[in-house]
Amino acid sequence: MPKPLIALVVAVAAAFAVSHYSDSIDPYYLDIMTGIGINVILAVSLNLVNGYTGQFSLGHAGFMSVGAYLSAAVTMLAGPRLLGEDGGTAVQQGLLFLAALVAGGMGAALAGLAVGIPSLRLKGDYLALVTLGFGEIIRVIFQNVDALGGALGLNGIPDYTTVFWVYSFAALTVFTVVCLVRSTYGRGFVATHDDEIASEAVGLNTTRYKIVAFVVGAFFAGTAGGLYAHFKLTITPTGFDFTKSIEIVVMVILGGMGNTPGVILAAILLTLLPEVLRAVDQYRMILYAILLISLMIARPKGLFNFDWAAIGARLRRKFRPERGHGTDA
Amino acid sequence: MTEFIQQLLNGLSLGAIYALIALGYTMVYGVLRFINFAHSDVFMVGAFIGYFAGEHLPHGTVLGGLAAMAAAMAGCALLGMLIERLVYRPLRGCPTLNVLITAIGMSLFLEYTGQLVFGATPRAFPQIFPSRVFAVHGLIISMNQLIVIVVATILMIALQVAVYGTKIGTAMRAVALNPKAAQLVGVNIDVVISFTFGLGSALAGAGGVLYAVNYPSIDPLMGVVPGLKAFVAAVLGGVGNIPGAALGALILGMVETFVDGSRWSTYKDAIAFAILIGILLFRPAGLLGRFTAEKV
Repeated sequence: MPKPLIALVVAVAAAFAVSHYSDSIDPYYLDIMTGIGINVILAVSLNLVNGYTGQFSLGHAGFMSVGAYLSAAVTMLAGPRLLGEDGGTAVQQGLLFLAALVAGGMGAALAGLAVGIPSLRLKGDYLALVTLGFGEIIRVIFQNVDALGGALGLNGIPDYTTVFWVYSFAALTVFTVVCLVRSTYGRGFVATHDDEIASEAVGLNTTRYKIVAFVVGAFFAGTAGGLYAHFKLTITPTGFDFTKSIEIVVMVILGGMGNTPGVILAAILLTLLPEVLRAVDQYRMILYAILLISLMIARPKGLFNFDWAAIGARLRRKFRPERGHGTDA
Repeated sequence: MTEFIQQLLNGLSLGAIYALIALGYTMVYGVLRFINFAHSDVFMVGAFIGYFAGEHLPHGTVLGGLAAMAAAMAGCALLGMLIERLVYRPLRGCPTLNVLITAIGMSLFLEYTGQLVFGATPRAFPQIFPSRVFAVHGLIISMNQLIVIVVATILMIALQVAVYGTKIGTAMRAVALNPKAAQLVGVNIDVVISFTFGLGSALAGAGGVLYAVNYPSIDPLMGVVPGLKAFVAAVLGGVGNIPGAALGALILGMVETFVDGSRWSTYKDAIAFAILIGILLFRPAGLLGRFTAEKV
């Protein structure tokens, strides 16, 4: 079995084990763990679009909301009919939830396709603006559909999200993105990011790559939305506005665009940060802002983007002073 | 018919405010080629300066109102130049994406600092201009609307004179055309960019006060929606094109007012984005812009 697949299976098994003993974990920590997992899915999937492929999207929260509403609709409408009065067994519930999450992801992916095909002809700040615009349009539509609760949102979503589901999907997201980018096909994403004109000149269909990245990113954003809906149990259109998109973007930038381990680390840190800074919550967004500006000026490649070769060389020089000593000067 | 003209008039005053903001976006895009996301928050700061200045000025007089607006314009010009100097200048020459993210960061910084300093609860904007209503042949024009239209027109004419009739305006157009060539013939780019930010921010400040006069409830996040719409207006007219921004803003103001009056009024906020997407797909250079092929 290839290594990444083993890692995926191990991660899912570990998630299952932790979930099995979740009763003995403090609910507060369980909540934080769930939040971290959802943010990892969001940040890693956005990293495929913004980082690896270099297409700046500001609409990730919009896709998340499509997944959240769709999967909640599935469990709330189809759930009582399929599972009967007693709510069904745990396995039945799990299968329903899986179907709801996949449906949410597919819906978001379709939305991503619909947004991506027209707008990916645009570049840079225009693309950012159009994706932002689409995100806002999706929000306004949800606000106006009475069947989905309108501006008040959707309430009474069943409580299905567990550590198992969140971390299985987080592992699946990381697995998909890493394998996709490392594959022969996936080199095209990075090539599109590095130099679009040169990529086209050697025969890559860059528009297609951008759309694939967009659709895959939207799919996982949709599943994250589904997990979020069944974790918070109530969703409102305003919960998925521009600020949420920015939050995900900050994770990607902080971790370093196109650096999956860095982005995971950033997602964890930025989820923990508000918990640590609870006492000074009103400064949180100001802190985000300063972080963004100073990162862009001082470390535009992200906080965790280290040149390991250079660090190794420096360490070797430090610990072996006898070599090259005296010739340095 | 009267109702139609009435709506047209309402649209005109809304469009005039959008125009004042859109001009700042378009001028900065012209010389630096990036979207200054923080512009909408400079607009918000303008409204707050007007609010605090208004407290010390006589209410209900044209002169007092104009003085509050002048204070907002001066304060915003300073703020705009300060932002450019401290935040955007170190990034000049960096990839567009980095500048864009920094601009978003600056915007968030102003919004949430505003929430901390001014509080998140909306405040009632004082009636700084005389509150009179004129009725002409069944049309109702408030003094505020009249002032918005007149002041915006005067400011736009002044801007046209500044850009096409003065030395610094010529330098600005030179930088917009080709920054390197402008530098070679002796244009001081730093001064020109600073001036552009000052000018654009002053207009946003005026827009902020005029907006607050018409919609008298101000809060630190008030700039987000009008700012986005003004940007759409700038793209609609052809970003980087000054008359285009004004035209786009007027069209957007009218369309929005008419949608607001129809049964689709709850979709009012989505209209601007639908227009944006449509224009970018079918005429990316905007109504008055000229399409240029990308050079490799």
